[in-house]
Amino acid sequence: MTTLPLPRAASPDGPRRTTPASYLEAGTTVRSWLLTTDHKRIGVLYLVTLLATMALGGFFAMAIRLEHLTPNATVMSAMTYNRMFTLHGVIMVWLFLIPSIPSAFGNFMLPIMIGARDVAFPRLNLLSWYVFMAGAALVLLSTFLGGIDTGWTFYPPYSSLSPTAVPLALLGVFVVGFSTILTGLNFIVTTHTMRAEGVGWMRMPLFVWSIYATSIIQVLATPVLGMVLLFVVVDNALGWGLFDAARGGDPVLYQHLFWFYSHPAVYIMVLPGMGVVSEVVTSYARKNPYSYKAIAYSSLGIAFVGFLTWGHHMFVAGMSTFDAGAFGVLSMLVAVFSAIKVFNWTWTLKRGAIALKTPLLYVFAFLFLFVFGGMTGVATAAMSLDVHWHDTYFIVAHFHFIMVGGTLTAFLAGMHYWFPKMSGRTYPERLGMLSAALVFAGFFATFFPQFLLGNAGMPRRYFNYPPEFQVLHVVSTVGSWVLAVGLVSTAFYFLWALRWGAPAGPNPWGSRSFEWRTSSPPPEHNFRRAPSFEIGPYDYTQPLADEEP
Amino acid sequence: METLRLILALPRGGSTIADRIDLLHGFVITVTMLVSTYVFVMAAWFTVRYHRRRDDQLTERLTATRRGEALIVVGVLGTFLLWWVIGFRQYVDVRDAPEDAEIVYVDAKQWMWKFAYADGRVSNDVLTVPLGRPIKLVMISRDVIHSFYVPGFRVKQDVLPGRYTTLWFEAKEAGSYPIWCAEYCGVSHSAMRGEVRVLDSEDYARWKRAGDPTLPEADCGRGPGSCGEASLLEQGRVVAERRQCVACHTLDGQPHIGPTWARLYGSEVALADGRRVVADDAYLTRSMMDPNADVVAGYRQVMPSYRGALSSGEAAALVELIRSLRDAPAGASGVTLPRLEVTAAGDGGTAP
Repeated sequence: MTTLPLPRAASPDGPRRTTPASYLEAGTTVRSWLLTTDHKRIGVLYLVTLLATMALGGFFAMAIRLEHLTPNATVMSAMTYNRMFTLHGVIMVWLFLIPSIPSAFGNFMLPIMIGARDVAFPRLNLLSWYVFMAGAALVLLSTFLGGIDTGWTFYPPYSSLSPTAVPLALLGVFVVGFSTILTGLNFIVTTHTMRAEGVGWMRMPLFVWSIYATSIIQVLATPVLGMVLLFVVVDNALGWGLFDAARGGDPVLYQHLFWFYSHPAVYIMVLPGMGVVSEVVTSYARKNPYSYKAIAYSSLGIAFVGFLTWGHHMFVAGMSTFDAGAFGVLSMLVAVFSAIKVFNWTWTLKRGAIALKTPLLYVFAFLFLFVFGGMTGVATAAMSLDVHWHDTYFIVAHFHFIMVGGTLTAFLAGMHYWFPKMSGRTYPERLGMLSAALVFAGFFATFFPQFLLGNAGMPRRYFNYPPEFQVLHVVSTVGSWVLAVGLVSTAFYFLWALRWGAPAGPNPWGSRSFEWRTSSPPPEHNFRRAPSFEIGPYDYTQPLADEEP
Repeated sequence: METLRLILALPRGGSTIADRIDLLHGFVITVTMLVSTYVFVMAAWFTVRYHRRRDDQLTERLTATRRGEALIVVGVLGTFLLWWVIGFRQYVDVRDAPEDAEIVYVDAKQWMWKFAYADGRVSNDVLTVPLGRPIKLVMISRDVIHSFYVPGFRVKQDVLPGRYTTLWFEAKEAGSYPIWCAEYCGVSHSAMRGEVRVLDSEDYARWKRAGDPTLPEADCGRGPGSCGEASLLEQGRVVAERRQCVACHTLDGQPHIGPTWARLYGSEVALADGRRVVADDAYLTRSMMDPNADVVAGYRQVMPSYRGALSSGEAAALVELIRSLRDAPAGASGVTLPRLEVTAAGDGGTAP
């Protein structure tokens, strides 16, 4: 049983100093932010960084969509186009989606949600942000030194031969990997050792379960990615030929190693989003989860079975028919866990007391898009269909439904849901709902036509395309503008609300989850008194006594 | 069937397996649409039905029954496994070629498809096949990974360097079907397109005759390079002049700024770093795209890369030109300066 010392006792200045009202007022200099070991501040540092990288990745996405307004060159050359889609992928995957929810919201919320005063290794936590910044800097530097034109999957032998700045960008991703591992390790140890009194494993908020499962994947899978990227670096820079058939290497081996990481990485991206959904649904429905255990254990199920399905990325890559079949069946299994979650979330709403706010709106978007995106993924594991769909826009649409429709939507839900917690202020609700509607409509218009393009056979990463595909491409491009308007307006009202938003009070949503049992924004060490949670995080059968502040 | 294809934006089904695959497609997508709409509608309905009435409203505890959960797992898993069973059987059929299939060899490179038929003929970017007979492609890449994709047949297979992969299909409708490279392979990836021409038996027989080198009069529009468009060798000469290749490379055996092209093809070349390589198609292409990779002994690194500058067709045409000079007589004329005089095109037939 962990006991928490009083914040005052932990203060280095002793009892004479008055405790600052919140973590935001514990120091206002740049130095106090850059050298902080407070998990909340590190979460905010990550959040700001990740919003910047998302904007950059989004810029490349808009450029790609603009280029596809016409079948031939519209605004750029083929060379530029290839760099654009590569950078879009690399930045969105490694510099936004993978760290997005765990590093920003996980850092901020996880310790509070288990009643701890910080993560287990606060200095390591800060280091992970600096490591991330270093890796991100390398990737960004590579864009100025020739860019990179291999696609985010870096398939050799093309990536071994490409004259662009492949080694630099790959080293950047390699370095970012260490930050992922450090954060994951920190979360695992924190969850095991720092839960407060009354926070048993079956009483943790479900977001903690999802971050815990994600961390396991991060720690186990990321080293494989690091290794295989280094192989490509030495192939490209020193000509080792590990994946070059001309020198006895095997390019397909790369694909196995790459997807051994990158398929679980899909779950690194989407599991935290599922955690956010669990929190948002229960809070706005004022309802216990339909089955806590099913949602919690299915996170672990996804984390485990997710490691056994990588071959479904390679049905046409030259694998044996038997192996391919085995990977097909295993892929079906992992989808069942997601299905369990979806049904549980939906049935959690039943007999709730539902208030429709922006985060819940985003969760509804998530439900529709994730189910559609997920089931089209299952469809590709019905293997004969994948032969037609592989490497076409169908796949592009499918994974954008998961990455954007799933993760980004959940990220936005979390942004709105926890904005009062992090800043102490409320965002404008009507503008929020309007923007959510724009984001959903824009997203759907952007990516739904891409399913049809893929059915028609349009391969991905095509600079020029046959003119008969133009109509669908134009619809998709116009959709991307709507999506951009929704996101930009969201950014503006958040900035506005940071300064002018109405004070939120400690628990504006009336949630029972543990992070709302302290003031908003929380004090420096999260709780003013050592918390012991008598009412569970999802117990809405009784009124919440004022435990804190 | 055609309505289904129209709704799903699928191209026409030109192969024997297309109908079965499209039916599964329709089944899978219909279920997907229904389930995602159902989840969304249920969520919306609950939101309306159970909207919050009071600010401090409490709710009763409601949990899943074991039975309900088991039902969902069995239902979902059952549906998915059904998809897999159908899909896997079709996949096996797509992968395993019938024993009596005719073989065509496919050579992929940045950025063209080269087809070699059993009777020794070759063609670029156009694969001509008979209607109603299984065709098996045995494919290899000369450089990076490509992917042979014919949407109209619902078939696709990656083409790897250093390893043969196969793909088969049987066309059931005559006509032209586009071939697209589906695996990203560099700057002209989207230009790496070709065409499968499916001919009925009469046309196919005519095409075979036309392709016969003993019959100089080609049947227009049938054989490769038969009518109208210049032969590959012809194009090679034009490209060599237009791209200024001949400013450095002679065609008559004289060494110049770069090595001569005469008698180069198939010969063993000593490189500056001591290696010896055979000047085959792969070497020649690589030397155009990445000249500094294999510098010939006695020459300086002055040649710029033509990666991205030469189209796939142009590169193939140059290789064809160099190949035509493989048996050029030794020490021919005294022409040293690079005027384009092909005096010894030793392959007969197509040269003027």
